[in-house]
Amino acid sequence: MTAQAEIRDLSVHYRRDGAEVTALDSISLDVVAGERLAIIGESGSGKSTLALAIAGLLPGSAKVEGRIGWQFQAPRSFPPPSVLPDISPARGEIGNTAIGSSTSKIGEGRDESVISPLAGEMSGRTEGGVTERRTSAIGGPRQPLPGRDIGFVFQDPSASLDPVMAVGKQIAEVAHTHLGLDWPQAYARAKHLLERVRLPDPASAIRAFPHQLSGGQKQRVAIAAAIAAEPKLLIADEATSALDTIVQAEIVALIRQLVIEDGMTLLFISHDIALAAELAERIAVFRYGGLVEIGATAQIVNAPRQDYTRALLDAHLGLDASPLLRRTPA
Amino acid sequence: MTLLAVSDLTKRYRRGGKTIAAVDGVSFAVEPGETLALAGPSGSGKSTIARLVLRLIEPDAGNIQFEGDDFLTLNGAALRARRAHLQMVFQDPLAAFNPRATVARVLDDPLRIHAIASRAERPARIAALLERVGLTADLAPRAIHEISGGQRQRVAIARAIATNPSLIVLDEAVSALDVSVRGQILELLLDLQARERIAYLFISHDLGVVRAIAHRVVLLDAGRIAESGDARAVIDAPQSAIGKALVAAAPRLNRSSRQVP
Amino acid sequence: MSPLNRLLRRPEAVAGAFILAVLFAMALSASLLFPSDPQAIAGPALLPSFQDWSLPLGTDRLGRDVLAELFHGARTSLAVGLAAATAALFIGAVVGTLAGFAGGLVDEVLMRITDAFQTVPSFLLALAFVSVVGPSLGIVVAAIALGAWTGPARVARAEVLSIRERDYVAGARVIGMHPMAIAFREVLPNALPPVLALSSVIVAAAILTEAALSFLGLGDPNRVTWGGMIAEGRTVLRTAPFLSIVPGIALVLTVLGIYLAGEGVVETTAVRRSLS
Repeated sequence: MTAQAEIRDLSVHYRRDGAEVTALDSISLDVVAGERLAIIGESGSGKSTLALAIAGLLPGSAKVEGRIGWQFQAPRSFPPPSVLPDISPARGEIGNTAIGSSTSKIGEGRDESVISPLAGEMSGRTEGGVTERRTSAIGGPRQPLPGRDIGFVFQDPSASLDPVMAVGKQIAEVAHTHLGLDWPQAYARAKHLLERVRLPDPASAIRAFPHQLSGGQKQRVAIAAAIAAEPKLLIADEATSALDTIVQAEIVALIRQLVIEDGMTLLFISHDIALAAELAERIAVFRYGGLVEIGATAQIVNAPRQDYTRALLDAHLGLDASPLLRRTPA
Repeated sequence: MTLLAVSDLTKRYRRGGKTIAAVDGVSFAVEPGETLALAGPSGSGKSTIARLVLRLIEPDAGNIQFEGDDFLTLNGAALRARRAHLQMVFQDPLAAFNPRATVARVLDDPLRIHAIASRAERPARIAALLERVGLTADLAPRAIHEISGGQRQRVAIARAIATNPSLIVLDEAVSALDVSVRGQILELLLDLQARERIAYLFISHDLGVVRAIAHRVVLLDAGRIAESGDARAVIDAPQSAIGKALVAAAPRLNRSSRQVP
Repeated sequence: MSPLNRLLRRPEAVAGAFILAVLFAMALSASLLFPSDPQAIAGPALLPSFQDWSLPLGTDRLGRDVLAELFHGARTSLAVGLAAATAALFIGAVVGTLAGFAGGLVDEVLMRITDAFQTVPSFLLALAFVSVVGPSLGIVVAAIALGAWTGPARVARAEVLSIRERDYVAGARVIGMHPMAIAFREVLPNALPPVLALSSVIVAAAILTEAALSFLGLGDPNRVTWGGMIAEGRTVLRTAPFLSIVPGIALVLTVLGIYLAGEGVVETTAVRRSLS
């Protein structure tokens, strides 16, 4: 098994009204090449921050500590990850930093002087480690390029698509930029991709504008644009949350099919543990910026180790759940 | 006596020269103290029905009887007075309140408008309302944007029950909440219903939630009623195409070892 | 960080605030420093600047103290500018809110009236109004406000059109709030920020309009105004140019200061909004 991405001691802090808020607190996990990994959690769990950090899309104001090691070129083999892959001491040495001890947690006020613009650069501290933002110390010799190596599907397709550009051009642009295709080739690829995401009548849809499409169709276009450069890793951040149940099921099926056909790694970010369980092979449960547990889907669903995971499972109201309503005879 | 009787309700929109019926001849009734769910995919007209029932928009055809009166002929002060009995809770509790409001002001408004309590009595009433929805009185001076999403939805429910309504329209009221908070809010709604015999018109796209708390369900598709009946019976064995599709699309956990509560 | 601190980090805002502070100090101290009537004769006529230190900026054609006139003129300029802008913003916000919130016929009527006012050049309107009604401070304020409320009205209406579709307005209707209370308690306060962003431009324009009216002899004859001073100096422009230049510079600095300070406030609030 090859790690697509090795995340080690990743912490992300935002500054909000002068106080520092920890969005991710010392996360270590492996994303295995070719797997479908779901990241689930409630609001404030840090799941979206993790997605953005992996994709390199965090805002410049975010303070990042720790490393993400990439494997995008020659595959290099690692020992298979344990169920909790972050406790391998040998690898921990490579880029260890003192994290967590010197930054404040959510809710604590901070001295104004500590938060200088340099704080991000000076976060290496003193314990001999080197802190780099998204280094490629392990494996892959180069940095991933968002859009080229990593495809990203956002929650709201109306916000991620350009409202005044035909959808065909938006997809063709990705292929033109990252694959070096000339425009006729890029458009041919866009049409092919629209067929693959099963948009009705791709030949005319290529000239359609986002407002002419339904929410589900827009998300299909966004997926087509995300995979246009043949990325190795596809990240879907709450990609179905704005859709109704029926369209959600269709989009999940589409993502599953595309990921399997193209051999992509999938990172599926969701608040819905049942949806995640239907799609993913492994599930990582997040809460308050920390990793609660990670494991195979069957293990998480049937034998959760943590109470919080169990509470999430119990809170799911499936069609087989016992009703909350205790009926009084009419 | 039937609390709310809706018959042949129709609402059309013009879009690009074409007339589309968002709601097309829909009829249903809500009895006192019961929960009727309106469920369906997006574009099925369920939220439009909620807004029609509340007279936030006006129907093109049809009748609405509320508490035995023709609700569509009420206007001006008479309509505003009757609104005390017909309340609403929105999907996004942050959008449902004036961004400048405090919790106290949000709860003060209905008490003042409907002359339920004098100025001197209102702080005590507000504290009592907050306690009824499981919050504490010290939340009153806080700004709406400072409190958590779950607390906000409780404040929204407190505002809805401030005027002792007989019917509350819940428009995707738990859809935006985290699952752990959602369970608590549903318990609160059931508790209020049991104690005060409030009826709910529960709009949702989530059949799991509908099955958990509704007595009856109306499944909508493209502005028309596809099927209706006992919530558990309909969802466990849907007859209509849209019912079957909704049930098939609902995510399942398939836990092998269920926890026994 | 407090909004004031953030404001003070912008050099242009600091410059604007400094100019405004000086201007306010001048207006407030005018009757302390120059208690006698600024229109009274204080010395020989056409005394050049920096000759007699009891009359540092010299005297005009009639022997009036230019420095005293400058201070008292600051008072008129600020009073007229602020009063006219306040009136224009108030009328504009109310008209815009009513039009946007009521919609339909009310909207049509109010917006056609706004159009009518907007098609007439505002200076011409003020000129005509003052020449018909007669010059006095109140009339000048009204005349300027008459031509300046249309911009705020349009901005307020556009903002209200988007706000009235929000859930919390529906929520206010559901709890039975009166439409007027919804319009002015729930909608208007949230529509105000972009309207208030216009205030610096309106104040600056009002001060310029007042100066122009005074220049044409349509200002309040019982008050010293910078426009009137420039007009006074015009007749002796070759021999005593400072009589026009001094109030002219005061006018330019004032407008610049108001604009810079206003811009600074808008920018900092915009930053704060985008952060939250």
